[in-house]
Amino acid sequence: MSRETTLVTADWVEQHLDDPSVVLIEVDEDTTAYDKGHIKGALKLDWTTDLQDQVRRDAVNREQFAALLSERGVKNDDTVVLYGGNNNWFAAYAYWYFKLYGHQDVRLLDGGRKKWELDSRELTEDVPTREATTYTALEQDKSIRAFRDEVVAAIGVKNLIDVRSPDEYAGRLLAPAHLPQEQAQRAGHIPTAGNVPWSKAANDDGTFKSDEDLKQLYTEAGVDWDKETIAYCRIGERSSHTWFVLHELLEDTSTKNYDGSWTEYGSLIGVPIVLGDEAGVA
Amino acid sequence: MCGATAGGVSLEGVDVAKESVIQGIVTRARADGNSEPVGNAYVRLLDRTGEFTAEVPTSVTGHFRFFAAPGEWTLRTLAPKAEAVEKKVIAQRGVVAEVAVAI
Repeated sequence: MSRETTLVTADWVEQHLDDPSVVLIEVDEDTTAYDKGHIKGALKLDWTTDLQDQVRRDAVNREQFAALLSERGVKNDDTVVLYGGNNNWFAAYAYWYFKLYGHQDVRLLDGGRKKWELDSRELTEDVPTREATTYTALEQDKSIRAFRDEVVAAIGVKNLIDVRSPDEYAGRLLAPAHLPQEQAQRAGHIPTAGNVPWSKAANDDGTFKSDEDLKQLYTEAGVDWDKETIAYCRIGERSSHTWFVLHELLEDTSTKNYDGSWTEYGSLIGVPIVLGDEAGVA
Repeated sequence: MCGATAGGVSLEGVDVAKESVIQGIVTRARADGNSEPVGNAYVRLLDRTGEFTAEVPTSVTGHFRFFAAPGEWTLRTLAPKAEAVEKKVIAQRGVVAEVAVAI
């Protein structure tokens, strides 16, 4: 993977708006954003209902993902271009799903919805219709997904990157500051985790920084490139953004996303937690 | 739309006494001297060190809202065809801090 095969520009999208092999999909935290206007021809995925199991806390399984994309009319050989609000947080989360289930050609629109809007590019309320397909999802690629036991075992052993804001890392906030703060889990971070907020990887307009700047960012934050890396945040969407940077742009294929993230870790009985700005010790 | 009141979307269901709310409206001056709400701006919340903490798009009425922690924050507003605007704000628990941003 590299920037050329995983990212597209807004200009590229405008040139491919009528390309039948390109499927645009919008994924937002605010699941109503699409309804107020979206890029011409774009489908909508609702991360709360389409990408999460509706009973247990988990990603949709292989069969559910295949049924979803079949129903929406996505083919296995389509070029899927994802974009969304919040600097592509949830688009990156969906990107990680597409990779989890083995989709070959999936890309992010660099800058997402924000860049598109700040450029004053066209949005429409027309909802496209696509003929249903028979989409085949592969077994989950567990090499990109971390679970809680692996995370606990990684303390002091692997690179742990907490990509939340500094105040969430330190335990002064429990959620991103556009959400109410009252939460059930404890505040703080996983011992030895470095804090590299996802936002440091992005420019003001939501586009990704250069590969050189990104490499320097994580190196200066103490990432040991000879070790495996696990990224986490609160619910796994911002860490998908950082997973994308590390795994796809910088081609560090050891990087996993811990989608259980702080809402799981901060609710576990007996695991170590560090409060404050220091990483802490194992 | 020009008569949009401060406060914006409802806080129903949120225990404001436990939150440190920062909210407001983004407006743009018109040629006739009046101003209108900006529904396609992005407001970001920077912490006391200038680090990004959160970002929200404004509503169609130009409103935005954050649930911060007590302390000093900076709002940085981006909008199409406008320079970024920064404003400092103090958040306190149980208090809704109102901020008007003109671009």
